[in-house]
Amino acid sequence: MDLKRTPDERRFCEEVRAWLAANQADLNESQTYDQAENMDGWMAFLKRWQRKLYDAGWSGISWPKEYGGRGATITEELIFTEEMALAKAPNLMNVSIGIELVGPAIIHHGSEAQKKRYLPKILSAEEIWSQGFSEPDAGSDLASLRTVAVEKDDQFIVTGQKVWTSWAEYSDYCILLARTDPKAPKHKGISCFLVDMRSPGITIRPTVQITGEAEFSEVFFDGVCLPKESLLGGINEGWKVAMTILAHERGTSAIKYQIRFRTELDDLISLSKSMRRNGKALSEDPLVQQKLAQCFIDVEVLKYNIYRSVSQIMRNGKPGPESSIIKLFWSEMDRRQKEISMELLGLYSQLVQHSKWTIDDGKWPRAFLWSRAGTIYAGSSEIQRNIIAERVLGLPRSSDAR
Amino acid sequence: MNFGFTEEQEMIRSQAAEFFKQEYPIAVVRESLNDEHGFNQDLWNKMSTLGWASLVFPEEYHGAGLTFVELAVLLEQMGRALAPGAFFSTVLLGGLTILETASAEQKLKWLTSIADGKLKSTLAHIEPGGDSDAGGPSFATAKRKDNGYVLNGTKLFVPDAHSADLILCTARSSGSSIPKEGISLFAVDQTSAGLNITTLKTMDQTRRLYEVKFNQVFVPEDRLLGKVGQASPAIEKVFCKATIGRSAEMVGGAQKMLDMCVDYAKQRIQFGRPIGSFQAIQHKCADMLLSIESARSAVYAAACAASEDSHDAALLASVAKAYTNDACRFVGGETIQIHGGMGFTWEHDAHLYFKRAKADEFSFGDATYHRARVAELIGL
Repeated sequence: MDLKRTPDERRFCEEVRAWLAANQADLNESQTYDQAENMDGWMAFLKRWQRKLYDAGWSGISWPKEYGGRGATITEELIFTEEMALAKAPNLMNVSIGIELVGPAIIHHGSEAQKKRYLPKILSAEEIWSQGFSEPDAGSDLASLRTVAVEKDDQFIVTGQKVWTSWAEYSDYCILLARTDPKAPKHKGISCFLVDMRSPGITIRPTVQITGEAEFSEVFFDGVCLPKESLLGGINEGWKVAMTILAHERGTSAIKYQIRFRTELDDLISLSKSMRRNGKALSEDPLVQQKLAQCFIDVEVLKYNIYRSVSQIMRNGKPGPESSIIKLFWSEMDRRQKEISMELLGLYSQLVQHSKWTIDDGKWPRAFLWSRAGTIYAGSSEIQRNIIAERVLGLPRSSDAR
Repeated sequence: MNFGFTEEQEMIRSQAAEFFKQEYPIAVVRESLNDEHGFNQDLWNKMSTLGWASLVFPEEYHGAGLTFVELAVLLEQMGRALAPGAFFSTVLLGGLTILETASAEQKLKWLTSIADGKLKSTLAHIEPGGDSDAGGPSFATAKRKDNGYVLNGTKLFVPDAHSADLILCTARSSGSSIPKEGISLFAVDQTSAGLNITTLKTMDQTRRLYEVKFNQVFVPEDRLLGKVGQASPAIEKVFCKATIGRSAEMVGGAQKMLDMCVDYAKQRIQFGRPIGSFQAIQHKCADMLLSIESARSAVYAAACAASEDSHDAALLASVAKAYTNDACRFVGGETIQIHGGMGFTWEHDAHLYFKRAKADEFSFGDATYHRARVAELIGL
């Protein structure tokens, strides 16, 4: 057990830092976009930025070289992600669905042809991906999904509706779960498809969220024809693919959140020193100190939880159900900490972007609202607890849940 | 960077787990509850044979020269087994203090004996009305007399004082008004005239705490550890490691509690089903695992920092103890709750762990104290 970096890891880290420093202009540019007002410009920037990362060999750090990755270790990937977050480089938004979720699914379950066809373009952001999993009546109970794919001649015909599809409007492809055997038990009749979003019969309708933004969409499939080759993994084996994706969604990519939480906490601590209440700085109040110290403790513990999980992946090759602990930890922690940030801002916490007297241009109430999403998406906290109880601790299954 | 066990650490872990299963099963733990001083000579001898007391000490003093991380791995298993306190007191409070402060000659005399398992020790620091941390004001006094010092005062919550051959004791040797200054450290033979040791009757009976009174105890000059009046920084360093070590024990105890809960929840049938199939129970267990794994991450990180004498060891020690305190309070409470009426009986083992977790919470600083430390160290 050693938290010190090896000479190789230190060299790697220096290389990342040097590259980021050389491309500071792009990092500066990323700060100039108002995502709420210029989403198209922002998305175009992100594509350019990722292309640049790809050309420099920074896209898909731990992916195999033959598919355009760097072939580096998962620890190096962790270092890269940390350095990106520390430099306040933008998160790759929907682009990350491709790299973090779709990519591993294709690497684990795809045919050679699929790997060659899709992986490099995921890394270069030439093709943007979305994820078609949830449905109006299949949220936590994902396996009860009703979208169907009927095999006909050389095609699958897809009909149904997906919800909460992030960045659907900007995506070229969608990784889709659909029922291919309605008679089989629900987990065993599902297949996974790689769907071209320009296919006729697809309609996208954005969903406005409590933040006022519309990052998610409903996606309707009306007799959409898919070629046979779009099947990922075996027929009726889609649940396995889904499990691979969900484990990655809950896993080590959390390091970038950890660094964001730490940066936000540092900002909150600074704010507590400048804001005054009852004649003194907030930071001098012992109760406030206790709360901020607890925030710091939790953010540190999250970091070491992620490090341990990375070391486990290095041993076992892929994330296991333990990744649910990380997801549960950070999402619940985020909620607690954003409540505290609102409490510290007091009356000012209501002032949103562009308001007179607003603090940090409304970023705190916005982050507060967003903190209510993390405990729901990628498997709600309740689902994570079910997974931990049944698949990590081995408790008996609760009735027919999932 | 690799935050997993090395082969050696894994070996220590599995060897210790197996050892306590064989040599210190819960029936033996229960026997010790009725023993006035809770010291088990047979267990001590066997642990000495394995060389555990020598683990972290330099080879020149018969030590194995391993790091503090290996010790933390061992302590986690000791916590799981409710191992008695003499090991912790001897190695972490006695041994580490001697290592930190003593002259080469003193080390050769005492540290070698500790590493060989021949000498037991403890540290008497906390006083009635004094703070429980390393820098608390010391009312006990050390006055110069002839070629030595005379100690007077009362020390409280001294672990394992009765079984300790050598009691290390802090005392004020000069009347400075600054609490951390003027504190000296002495190594006192347990048999010294004027030394009075009284057992404190405690809720947790798996460890023993004592009141140690010094009434005109004469200590020769060669029993002074380190420079006169300058013991506080060393005590602070020792407390940092003891804080991490105690947290490691607590994680081991908490893991055992969760294991007991999971076993019970699989077997206990109500409403025609194992209670572990109810989400009300499942979610409690899941939250317990999250707390324990997180505490473990914090403890290992702190142990790594302490073994490297890293500048953030003190911060990480406080992060670990604050988190572990809260985690173990939660896990202990849920353990009683999940076991229902059985968990409230003397017969069931849950209370042994529940009580120890509560006692551990206040040793080397509670969560509020450590959060305040964190606040201070991060510049709040």
